Amino acid sequence: MTQAAAAVVRRQIVVEAPIERAFAVFTERFGDFKPPEHNLLGAAIAETVFEPKVGGHIYDRGVDGSECRWARVLAFEPPARVVFSWDIGPTWQIETDPDNTSEVEVQFIAETPYRTRVELEHRHIDRHGPGWQAVSDGIGNDQGWPLYLARYVALFTEGS
Amino acid sequence: METYQAGDGWDALGDPTRRAILACLAERPRAVGELAAELPISRPAVSQHLKVLKDAGLVTDRAAGTRRVYRLNPAGVAAMRDQLDTFWNRALNDYQDVTEQPTEERS
Repeated sequence: MTQAAAAVVRRQIVVEAPIERAFAVFTERFGDFKPPEHNLLGAAIAETVFEPKVGGHIYDRGVDGSECRWARVLAFEPPARVVFSWDIGPTWQIETDPDNTSEVEVQFIAETPYRTRVELEHRHIDRHGPGWQAVSDGIGNDQGWPLYLARYVALFTEGS
Repeated sequence: METYQAGDGWDALGDPTRRAILACLAERPRAVGELAAELPISRPAVSQHLKVLKDAGLVTDRAAGTRRVYRLNPAGVAAMRDQLDTFWNRALNDYQDVTEQPTEERS
């Protein structure tokens, strides 16, 4: 397994919906399908907002009013394509240095007027690598490794 | 082909000595003897802890002459990838459900 191969996640899925609807659901209802344990706030998420423009953010708003901006919208081309950054590091904390963030490209391809193929690529995951140098800082406290691993385990135990 | 058991890393880091070893290795790769010199435990004990960490996929080792040098596993990236893979798998399945719902329900 090469490092390059490990640094990309590719997924595709076909939905029985026109391309405009496929794009709209992805960008307007992101919070409805994002796995619930994906929450960096201290409070439950009231809503997830996907700002529909380049330079906008994807952010979670907690029931207590707190906000977590965890992605920057890099391309917004309805109904064909959207690209956003992934500003969450390996220890599940917001990564403030854009050089250490990965990015997600989602393309929508009309197979028929009523069926759309959605191709997702999450790439440059290796850019999060520098986060490993911070392991020595975060390792002893509960916000570092233990939290990360607990969340990692939760992905399996809460899964289908 | 390494298998990365979800529980292993958690268990491996449940021990403060192993966390200390990992913290040392996060600074720079070290040989067993160097770790034993820095930590208040014997060399065989260091070796045992390193074995647990290695089995959990958190460190890798490499022979360098007569020494064996341990470093943090760069496959931390792979662990990140596994998380994201799982994340998107679930998200897209749920996305499909939401997209294919009849259009009237919008809460």
